[in-house]
Amino acid sequence: MNWLSLAFSQIVNGLQAGSVYALVALGYSMVYGIILLLNFAHGDLIMVGAYTAFYAMTAFHLHPVVSVALAILISTALGVLVEKIAYTPLRSAPRLSLLITAIGISFLLENGAQLIFGADTKSMDPFVRGVLTLGNATVSYAALITILVSVIAMVGLTLMVKKTKLGKAMRAVSEDMGAAQLMGISLNKTISFTFAVGSALAGIGSVLYLCAYPQASPTMGSMLGLKAFVAAVLGGIGSIPGAMLGGFSIGLLEALVSAGGLSEWKDGVVFAVLIVVLLVKPAGILGKKIPEKL
Amino acid sequence: MALLQADHINVFYGAIHAVQDVSFHVEAREIVTLIGANGAGKSTVLKTISGLLHAKSGRIVFHGKELKGVPAHSVVAGGIAQVPEGRRIFLRMTVEENLEMGAYTQPRASLSAAMQEIFQRFPRLEERRNQVAGTLSGGEQQMLAMGRALMSRPTLLMLDEPSMGLAPLLVEQIFDIIRELHQGGTTILLVEQNSQAALSVADRGYVLENGRIVASGTRSDLLASDAIKKAYLGA
Repeated sequence: MNWLSLAFSQIVNGLQAGSVYALVALGYSMVYGIILLLNFAHGDLIMVGAYTAFYAMTAFHLHPVVSVALAILISTALGVLVEKIAYTPLRSAPRLSLLITAIGISFLLENGAQLIFGADTKSMDPFVRGVLTLGNATVSYAALITILVSVIAMVGLTLMVKKTKLGKAMRAVSEDMGAAQLMGISLNKTISFTFAVGSALAGIGSVLYLCAYPQASPTMGSMLGLKAFVAAVLGGIGSIPGAMLGGFSIGLLEALVSAGGLSEWKDGVVFAVLIVVLLVKPAGILGKKIPEKL
Repeated sequence: MALLQADHINVFYGAIHAVQDVSFHVEAREIVTLIGANGAGKSTVLKTISGLLHAKSGRIVFHGKELKGVPAHSVVAGGIAQVPEGRRIFLRMTVEENLEMGAYTQPRASLSAAMQEIFQRFPRLEERRNQVAGTLSGGEQQMLAMGRALMSRPTLLMLDEPSMGLAPLLVEQIFDIIRELHQGGTTILLVEQNSQAALSVADRGYVLENGRIVASGTRSDLLASDAIKKAYLGA
């Protein structure tokens, strides 16, 4: 019985962390899918989102719902702004220039945050409290909200990409930019939209992270971003269901390692997964297979 | 005035002068072909008209409006559709989604009527409407590429090497469709390496060599010219 409830709570923990990884991994994967850029500044959007929500609640005493909306809004705006200012001018430049620019933006955001907010970790009281008791097992509301919100976001995203005109345009552009233009699809609009959606998901991720760990620091996005990147690669970068699968897998793997009493090995295990995936199946679990018959 | 008029256009790929001082025109309801060997600059001309490339000098006028500075995605809305070389259909999307993309600039209300027209012309596409395009045969993919371009109900349809990689029987089928489209009132600009097939449907043609127009004339002029027979028709 005890064993069972321990397993249950570890699975919940894993799904909670995995939800955040999955949301962030989606942003990596969507942007990679459309412009072949590993947007290493993506993780830092989480940091910006977290600071936004943090100060909205602590300094301005805004309602959590308003703060959350503000955090998502600011991450989205920042993601699109970075794309417009830093990436659009490099559209026809070698991919390496784009990658280096992304790393530069990441440093800029982290050091900018350090300058503005200070290098120390800012903590606040948890704003989601309480647990739900189900027989012998308990689930925190924070975990419940996190898992629920991310599942809703992912279902919404999947429907958007599959059914809407803009979603289809995104897929067309990611498959063939030139042909997409010949259809009358505007690259600028579609790419900005992709960044907006990816960044909004990162914004949601930042708030969910804050539910679990009510604190913000300038470099909080880098480890989280890297792990989400591993999740995206594990699932198959460029693939939306892959990012979700990768995110939840990494979350559950971490929970498993921690449950085994090796919690300080958690990060190491995640990066070992990256190495193994790159060696054994570089395209990832759901990596793009193009059905071809020419 | 011609439907499409290109005056002295020069196009560069980096340092390579791919299209040199090329002028030609297409009248409404004509089929005009640009023929020439691989690398002569034919596709470059089409890409310049559709806005994927930009001419360094010269001008292209369509329907009395200059196309300079018009982004590629707006050229389609103006009535020019292109079937690109190698078809370039969206292999991971379904047949239906590919057709929808073709109608991207069109009002949503006209979508199903346009699709029905395409399915009438290409019944095979209707049978496979929910299939991922990558699973179609080469001939079906070419039909999809043509159907996709027709979804925008273009005034001018530009076809880049529609016969490439197809078996002779399919080539014939594709050219029959080109004739039908022409009879239906569509103006066609056809780029082909297969000069014989191209001249079998075209009213007029231009011969490109190393980025320049070296000959032009009506179908019978070109078919009668010894130089062209030798160089392009394998006679």
